[in-house]
Amino acid sequence: MPKTVALVGTDAVAEAMRQINPDVVPAYPITPQTSIVETYSQMIADGLVKSEMINVESEHSAMSAAIGAAASGARVMTATSSQGLALMWEMLYIASGLRLPIVMTNVSRTLSAPVNIHCDHSDSMGARDSGWIQLYSENAQEGYDNILQAIRIAEHPDVQLPVMVMIDGFIISHSIDRLDLIDDDAARKFVGKHKLKNSLLDHENPTTWGAFDGLHGYYFELKRAQAEGMKNAAAVVKQIGEEYGKISGRYYSHFETYRLEDAELALIVLGSAAGTMKAAVDQLRSQGVRAGLLKLRMFRPFPAKELVSALSHVSDVLVFDRSDTIAGEMGGPVFIEARSSFYDEIKRPRFKNFVYGLGGRDLNLDMILKAVASSQTGNLITYLGVRE
Amino acid sequence: MAKWDFSKIKEWGWKEHPTGGVIPEAATTDSYATGGWRSVRPVLDSGKCVHCYICFIFCPDSSIVIKDGKMTGFNLRHCKGCGICAEVCPAKAVSMMNEAEAQGLEKCHLAGQDLGTEKSA
Repeated sequence: MPKTVALVGTDAVAEAMRQINPDVVPAYPITPQTSIVETYSQMIADGLVKSEMINVESEHSAMSAAIGAAASGARVMTATSSQGLALMWEMLYIASGLRLPIVMTNVSRTLSAPVNIHCDHSDSMGARDSGWIQLYSENAQEGYDNILQAIRIAEHPDVQLPVMVMIDGFIISHSIDRLDLIDDDAARKFVGKHKLKNSLLDHENPTTWGAFDGLHGYYFELKRAQAEGMKNAAAVVKQIGEEYGKISGRYYSHFETYRLEDAELALIVLGSAAGTMKAAVDQLRSQGVRAGLLKLRMFRPFPAKELVSALSHVSDVLVFDRSDTIAGEMGGPVFIEARSSFYDEIKRPRFKNFVYGLGGRDLNLDMILKAVASSQTGNLITYLGVRE
Repeated sequence: MAKWDFSKIKEWGWKEHPTGGVIPEAATTDSYATGGWRSVRPVLDSGKCVHCYICFIFCPDSSIVIKDGKMTGFNLRHCKGCGICAEVCPAKAVSMMNEAEAQGLEKCHLAGQDLGTEKSA
């Protein structure tokens, strides 16, 4: 039977991990991710799961161990945040280049300097070209649901790529939220067994992984194949989201829309701010503004075509980015990609970008309403909530 | 020769490579002649060799040839000339010699010997 529980976001992720019971979990603690692996190591100590936990000396080692374990055919999960993700940097590319289906929770936290432990998406956005699939969660429920689905997406033979699931630091990770857990058996049946085509531990069919592409040069071909896996992921994310809906009642796709069907003004956002955005949409509607929301769940691969078709009828799109590219008035990454998706369209809405919430700065209802009110006249890119 | 036929790998399109660039078979380097990388080569003084196999243990390219329990020389098709065998030999039976001098390049080609100097397969 499904169970309704009250958990902080990190424990919701740990619950999903408990149900998955991965073979190996190499991890290193970092705020605000720590409580995921803390809770999970307690589960191991209590005998609830059989995972081999490897306490490594850094996140670089955590991802390295994850890669080795995954190449040996193990189902591998880990979690990190911020500087930890940054320290994994080179290994992220190796995980995706070797096509290893590792699933990692990234509890979104900004990057230093100055030192700041609070939420924004600078960490994961910095890894947006690393070949990892990226799913963003609005709340603990979605964090839990995304983790279960991520296993299936990563291991799908058409994909074979690592998946990063984002939950917003503190806002989701450390807040108690109400959520429904699916039954343990249903979860286990859903994720199924993991079987890699080639495994380092298969001594009857020995293989070499990560060999030098040599003086011959096959790097380009292998990257091209990787790009295809990422392209295929779009359909797989949708298919797994449907399948998960059938067992949980919660259906997932590339994005969720809220009152968007007849909207003239669309807001785009990822992560926890979507809840406040929905309230803002309701308020705007009550004031006679036909607003709607597109909450992006899947950022990698970027669902450009679907996004265009979902927004084709609106006249204005306001993109809220919880990170900045710091590229000289180019705006945030979601803005750049959403706007670029419309380039070849004859009918293009007006786009405005609001960079908000850097280093955990709050985004409240009034700020969103003010942003909407200013959007007809304001600059292309606005830093929302910064003290001028 | 490997079961995995990669003889035309240079011509393969991106769909033909194993996922993630995995090499799906062991010992494929056997067909890759690395002897051409060599600038110095090991030369064995059979009179000094005590057949202790220490060079066999240390050789990173499995290029020490042992026949009937005796160290007989080097597989020059794979030997990269690293000199570890000369370094570890307790009997000082291995010396390193300038490759060009040792081969007398043209002479070698005329003799048609496979010394790993051809472009790799």
